Amino acid sequence: MLRLDNVTKRYRVGTFGSRELVAVRDVSLEVRPGEVVALIGQSGSGKSTIGRLILRLTPASGGTISFDGDDVAGFKGDRLRAYYADVQGVFQDPFSSYNPVFRADRTLELVRETYFPRLGERRWRDKVEASLAAVRLDPAHVLGRYPHQLSGGQLQRLLVARALLLDIRLLVADEIISMLDASTRIDVLNLLGDLKAGGLGILFITHDLSLGNYLSDTAVILHRGQVVETGPAERVLARPAHPYTRSLLASVPQLHHKWERTGRGVPEPAGEGA
Amino acid sequence: MSLRVDNLKVWYRTLRGEVRALDGVSFSVADGELVGLAGESGCGKSTLGKSLIRLDGRMRHVDGQVELDGKELPIWDSERMQGFRFKEVSLIPQYAMSAMNPTRKVGRLVTELLESRGERPAAVHDELLRRLELVGLEAEVLDRYPIELSGGMKQRMVMVISTLLNPSLLVADEVTSALDVSTQKAVAETLVELRDRNVVKSTILITHDLSLVYQIADAIIVMYAGRLAERAPTDALVETPRHPYTRMLLAALPEVGVRFADRRLEGIGGSPPSLLDPPTGCRFRDRCPLAVARCAEQPPFVEVAPDHFVACWKAS
Repeated sequence: MLRLDNVTKRYRVGTFGSRELVAVRDVSLEVRPGEVVALIGQSGSGKSTIGRLILRLTPASGGTISFDGDDVAGFKGDRLRAYYADVQGVFQDPFSSYNPVFRADRTLELVRETYFPRLGERRWRDKVEASLAAVRLDPAHVLGRYPHQLSGGQLQRLLVARALLLDIRLLVADEIISMLDASTRIDVLNLLGDLKAGGLGILFITHDLSLGNYLSDTAVILHRGQVVETGPAERVLARPAHPYTRSLLASVPQLHHKWERTGRGVPEPAGEGA
Repeated sequence: MSLRVDNLKVWYRTLRGEVRALDGVSFSVADGELVGLAGESGCGKSTLGKSLIRLDGRMRHVDGQVELDGKELPIWDSERMQGFRFKEVSLIPQYAMSAMNPTRKVGRLVTELLESRGERPAAVHDELLRRLELVGLEAEVLDRYPIELSGGMKQRMVMVISTLLNPSLLVADEVTSALDVSTQKAVAETLVELRDRNVVKSTILITHDLSLVYQIADAIIVMYAGRLAERAPTDALVETPRHPYTRMLLAALPEVGVRFADRRLEGIGGSPPSLLDPPTGCRFRDRCPLAVARCAEQPPFVEVAPDHFVACWKAS
C-alpha cells in the first residue's frame, strides 16, 4: 500500500541557508493493509519529518514515496484530494489541531464541504454518528462543544473520527497519545487496534518503545535520520540487534523492572529540529 | 521529620466559583526520602507542589499547615515565604526549559539570582563548578546563552541552580516529561544523586509517569481529584496496590512485552469529577467497580500496613 524507497529530506539551515541539515537519509519502509508499523526514535531523529513527507506537508529531497504503486509527489488536484481520502494524519497536540473560536465539530464539517458536498443531511448525520461510535464518543457530549470544553482524550478521538469519516486506508499517527493521561491512552490504543483488525494500515510514530510494542507488527528504529534496525516488533524489542536500540531499551522506565544505574543514559542527538 | 503537610486545602478562584484543587491533604516526607507524587492531569499534584513554594494570584490557602524541619511555612504570605524559597525549599518548575532568562548568559543569570537573595556569588562559585560536574555539565555552559543548550542540558542546569543553596526540600514538577527516554533517565538519576550527596534533604518528584517514578522513588503518593488515594513504599505500591484507582491505573499501563493481540488492557471508564462542586464521599466512586453505599461517606486516609496508607472503605 504505502512504500518509501530511499527517501531523503535535506533542510537548508543557518544564515542564508549556508548549511545543510539532513533530517531523513535513505529511509525505506512499507506499510501494508491491516499492519501497524511503529516508527521509533528520539527527538531529532527525523520521525515526524517522515510523517510530514508522507502527508505531503513538505516535499522530499530524494527517493520516492508511493501509494498503491503511484508516486505521491506527482499528485495534484483531484488525484491529491483522492489521496487524502485514503491517507490522513493525527498529531501529538489535540489542542492545537482545533481553532479555539469554532466549535470542535467544525473539523467534521470541513470534511463534508470538501468530500461530501452533495450528501443529504440525514445521511451525513448517520455517517458522523457511526464514526463517533467507532471512537466511542457520545455525540451528545461532543457535538456543539468548544475545544476547551472537551478533554484531551475526547479531542484526540474526535480527530480520529474525522479521519474515519473518509474511510481512510492509512493513518499517520504522530505521537497521538503522548499527551494523554494513562487511563485514556489505552483507550486510544485499543481503538487503533480495532481499526487495524478492520484493515486500516497505521504508521505509529512514537518515542516510547513500550507504546510502540503494544500494537505494532513491525518496528523501525530511527537514529539521526537513518533506519538502524527494522523487523518484527516482538523480536526487535525483545532481542534488539543494534547497540542503539539496546541502549534505548535500557533507558525505558518499566514497572517491575528497575534500571541498572549506569550514570548518564544515551547521549542526546546533536543538531536541531524534531 | 523533614516535611509535614497537615490537612492542606488550596482552592482556585474562578468566575464560576472556587475550584477545590487541593482539598484536605496530609502526609509527611522524611529526611533523605525521595517521594513520587503521581496522578493524572487535574488531580491537584502541581497545585500541591506550587503551594509549598508560592501561591499565585488565583490560589487561596483555605486551611491546613505545612511544617518544614519543625518550622511552619507561611505559605499564605508570599513576602515571608521569600526567606524560605531557594534556601529552604526550592522548585524545579514544569517548564524548566523556559525558566532561564534568554537574554542573559547562564553564568550571569546565576550571579544575579544569588545577589538578589543576599548571597555573595564568589563564595558559592567553587561549589557551583562542583555541582556542574556532578550533573555532567562542562563549566563553559556558564558562558553560553540558554538557547545554546539542549533540552536535557537546560533541565540539568535548572536543577543545579535550584539546589545551589542546599534547600532542605526540592520539589521537581514533571521535570522529565518533555525529555527523550535516555535524557529522562539521566535527569532522574541526577535527582537521586543530589539526594545521595546530601545536596537536598528530601525530594518530591511530581509526575504522571508511574513507571518513571518507580525507578527512583522511595515511596509513591497517588492523588485523585484533589485528595490522596494511596501512599506506600514504592515496591508495595506497585506490587500490592490497595486503592482501586491505583490498581486500575497500573493495569492500564502497557509494558514492553504486553501486546494488544495477546492481552487487551483496559482504561478507566468515565472521567474525574468537576472540582468546582465535587460530589460528597469518595471522589472515585462513580468510576469504581467496587463502590458500595458506604462510599457516599468520605473514607479516611488510614494506615493499612506499615507506611502504607489508603483512602478506601474496601481496602481497610
